[in-house]
Amino acid sequence: MSSSTKRSRMAYDGVVVAAPITVPYQRFSSEPAHGWAGAALRALARETALGPRDLDGFSFSSFSAGPDTAVGLVQHLGLMPRWLDHVPTGGASGVMALRRAARAVQCGDAAIVACVAADTNQIDSFRHTLATFSRFSQDAVYPYGFGGPNATFALITQAYMHEHGVTRADFGRICLAQRANAGSNPLALQRNPLDLETYLAARPIADPVHLFDCVMPCAGAEAFVVTTPEIAAARGWPAARIMATIERHNAYPDDLVQRRGGWAMDVDELWAMAGIGPGDIDCLQAYDDYPVIVAMQLEDLGFCPPGTIARFLRETHFGIDGTLPLNTNGGQLSAGQAGAAGGYQNLTEGLRQILHCPLGAQVPGARRAAISGFGLVNYDRGVCTAAAVIEAL
Amino acid sequence: MTSLLTDLVAQLASGAIRVVDLANTLSSDFPVIVLPSEFGQCEPFRMETVSRYDADGPAWYWNRITMNEHTGTHFDAPAHWITGRDVPHGTVDAVAPRDFVYPAVVIDISAEAAADADFVVTRAFLEDWEARHGAIPPRHWILLRSDWSKRVGTLAYLNLQDDGAHSPGPDADAMRFLVHARDCVGLGVETVGTDAGQASHFAEPLPAHSILHGNGRFGLQCLTNLDQLPTFGSVIVAAPLKIKGGSGSPLRVIALMPEA
Amino acid sequence: MTTPRNPLPPPAPRDPLARPQLHPVAPGARSRAMQAMAARAAQGRFVLQACTVCGTATYPPRDACPRCWGTLAWHDQPTGGRVLANTVIRVSTDPYFRDRLPWHMGSIQLDAGPVVLAHLARGLEPGARVTMRLMLDRGGNAALFALPSDAAHPPQPEQGATIMSADPQGRTFVVPVAGATVLVSDARQPVGRALVGALAAAGARLVVAGLPGPAPMRDAHDPVLGLPGVQPLPLDVTDPVSVAETISRIGGPLDIVINTARHVRAGGVSHDGNLLGHHRALEVSAMGLARLAQATAPILAGRPSGAFLDVLSVKALAGDAGHAGFAAAEAARLSLLQSFRHEMRSTGVRVLEVFTGPTDDADHQALPPPKVAPARLAAAVLDALAQGREQTCVGEVAREAMRRWLDDPALFARETQP
Repeated sequence: MSSSTKRSRMAYDGVVVAAPITVPYQRFSSEPAHGWAGAALRALARETALGPRDLDGFSFSSFSAGPDTAVGLVQHLGLMPRWLDHVPTGGASGVMALRRAARAVQCGDAAIVACVAADTNQIDSFRHTLATFSRFSQDAVYPYGFGGPNATFALITQAYMHEHGVTRADFGRICLAQRANAGSNPLALQRNPLDLETYLAARPIADPVHLFDCVMPCAGAEAFVVTTPEIAAARGWPAARIMATIERHNAYPDDLVQRRGGWAMDVDELWAMAGIGPGDIDCLQAYDDYPVIVAMQLEDLGFCPPGTIARFLRETHFGIDGTLPLNTNGGQLSAGQAGAAGGYQNLTEGLRQILHCPLGAQVPGARRAAISGFGLVNYDRGVCTAAAVIEAL
Repeated sequence: MTSLLTDLVAQLASGAIRVVDLANTLSSDFPVIVLPSEFGQCEPFRMETVSRYDADGPAWYWNRITMNEHTGTHFDAPAHWITGRDVPHGTVDAVAPRDFVYPAVVIDISAEAAADADFVVTRAFLEDWEARHGAIPPRHWILLRSDWSKRVGTLAYLNLQDDGAHSPGPDADAMRFLVHARDCVGLGVETVGTDAGQASHFAEPLPAHSILHGNGRFGLQCLTNLDQLPTFGSVIVAAPLKIKGGSGSPLRVIALMPEA
Repeated sequence: MTTPRNPLPPPAPRDPLARPQLHPVAPGARSRAMQAMAARAAQGRFVLQACTVCGTATYPPRDACPRCWGTLAWHDQPTGGRVLANTVIRVSTDPYFRDRLPWHMGSIQLDAGPVVLAHLARGLEPGARVTMRLMLDRGGNAALFALPSDAAHPPQPEQGATIMSADPQGRTFVVPVAGATVLVSDARQPVGRALVGALAAAGARLVVAGLPGPAPMRDAHDPVLGLPGVQPLPLDVTDPVSVAETISRIGGPLDIVINTARHVRAGGVSHDGNLLGHHRALEVSAMGLARLAQATAPILAGRPSGAFLDVLSVKALAGDAGHAGFAAAEAARLSLLQSFRHEMRSTGVRVLEVFTGPTDDADHQALPPPKVAPARLAAAVLDALAQGREQTCVGEVAREAMRRWLDDPALFARETQP
């Protein structure tokens, strides 16, 4: 769609997001995804006193609930929603579930939408997920020595390092800061402090990607509620408003190797809609399957001028008490990557920080969070990108 | 009569009469006659298991076998040759049971064959042989002991040279002598054919087949153990399979002989 | 019957207590479009889909053009490319690759347009010019392999094959002959004889020359059968006992079976037809293949680069009134070969076919040229192994027949009658 045919977007008036839920992750679980979704709703019920019939909207994301989709989950979990959504965008599913549910609530199609992401990690289920991830992946990626997305991101990382003069030590600053952030998060799977020497000396997984550049697949679930400010207030839920969101799929298909994400196409719209700039947010919860993707988001979302990422990585303090608090729960690199739930934890963690109910340490005085998602390596790059800016009421 | 058969059985039991197996083992690697490649060929023996106490037959073992009528130790009926096509009872199913049992004369050509693979048995050779051993009686199988059976398992059995097979056999005069002058039942040999390996190049080609079968006589090929038989005094039992219209048949040939 | 005349190198010793190494195949599930790419890879072609409307070449295989939604068709494409990025995979969740790490792969910008992920020959870095090969992996699926290239001098197929077999990764896509134990099922006919010599010259550890009967005396002093590393053994594929005994007499594990046995005779079906000749042809071509396959498949499956290569007549593609029995037998052979290939997919054993037209030998003396010289056919067999190519057509007659058959099988069947 050309810009001349693009209408200005409606603000998210009359919508709030509340009740961030994180079900503690486990490295392996024999419980199916349905059980993890149930655990998320149980925790949500404890938090909000909502029961199955109180939800009139339901959004679900999972890689491991097969053969079920959101439809199967509705009957499985005793829901009777008048609005139902299945968001299959993986690491972008949190922001995308939020912006879809927000419009449903804003338009009156639903009043209380529970957004849930749940994935299990049975022994060998990760391999199975990879082997059957997508048609292009089956045909043209997995057969090439596949070791998870590691190889794909190794290629992206190599090209990125070459283009931007970024070194492994620069990426190490992201990983080390996130590990330090995880130190205060009791739910993070990896909390041992990480130093640069250890990071650099880690064994190679797919050159130049090394062990601490990779997330640990695990089982887990995340959830949040999208509703009206009136309902949130009546029920006493702390809540946040949505300042802006963006979403893009298959951006820049002519880039030979992925060197930017769809955020770069939509970044101006994001900040214009939010009415603030990157410097006005208190924390950034960015999708972090590999540090190179974090670096891309920092640049594409305007946190540093184009072409300056290497310097930015070297000069920015990403700790909870830093100049740009980044992935304050440790991110997936330290907390673990629970499948599609990994695409939710940026949202739940950002929401917690601005509602001042963090899992670990609090970013002092945080009121606004930027949330960024990245999902679905269908072939040689991530296809789905999204971002949101939220602000505590 | 009863006492005669009873005596036979008793002498078989006592060992006074010995039974000699004149048949080679039917196996897939036993050579068969090779004809010029423009002609149809003799199929060797083939055996494939139908079941052997397995899923195809849990308690039983049996095989499917295929072969030519003239594979292994075998019997040639008169109808095998064009000269014998109109001979009465010329096919194996029509051969009278009485013809299954006849005495035999063993003519030893092993020394000559060893010296010359193309040794030809002539009328003169036979007359000379009779001078030394006595006349060939009528209605006997003539068994040519060439010791060729001892070559089984080597290339020398077929002895296929670039100009064809080389093995001993009779010429036409010898055959006419045996058939007309000595009224033989048939000719039995150790080689793959009653005729010599090079007999298709004789002035009268393939005389054994032509003269034997044209006169209603039989052939036995691929015999073994002829070296165990006496020159005179053995009896051959050679009963081909009862194949409808068949030209010949693999068979078990035995000889009865007095134990010396 | 025939005893080996040559002192042979002993089989490579191995630990008798070690569990045999399994050879799980490269991961298998593929889309229908990718299967279509594999079908062309099997022919040694380098193809990509291109849009029938806008002409854009595309990859991975799709079902509609991503630029204009036009329909797609397969076309041969230039094989050049440039490395964009590369990696060495050192950890893999897949059992096949876990056994073969480290694994080199990367992304390549093809001269044809698309960016592909590909297996990389050792030493390729970003910016390097490459020549692409479309191979079949051990699971029988299409796989792109990048070889170093000088833009001005792209490697010839033989050079590519040398690079492939010298590269630890490349070896898994081809069938190395050097050091292998190879059985040639019929070394008596000129084609088989030529193959025995060619295999020995290519460095096979042991070439077992199968000799169907009748055995002439000259076998004992045949110069080809007396070559170093050649072991003549009687072998008649129409005889299960002979097949079993011969296989049991081969010292050391058997890596490659090359089936050259056939029985060529003229004759029709109702007219001038010799049913025994037809039967014999079926026994040799079809049942013989099945007997060889049954006897050797378990042995080949245990080998790291096991392969079964069948030399068959292009008459397998359509009936032929002049050689009705032979054509039928070769068609049955092709059918069995295809079934055998599917059976072997899960074992990693390659099943290759080399189609030939009339060969220049006594079986085809009545035919005018062009005919395939046995030495040329032997060279083509070695090339098929070296390239790991599933389907090869040798000579003008076979290539033309295959082209016409692929183009219009119904028309081809009409046109092939004499």
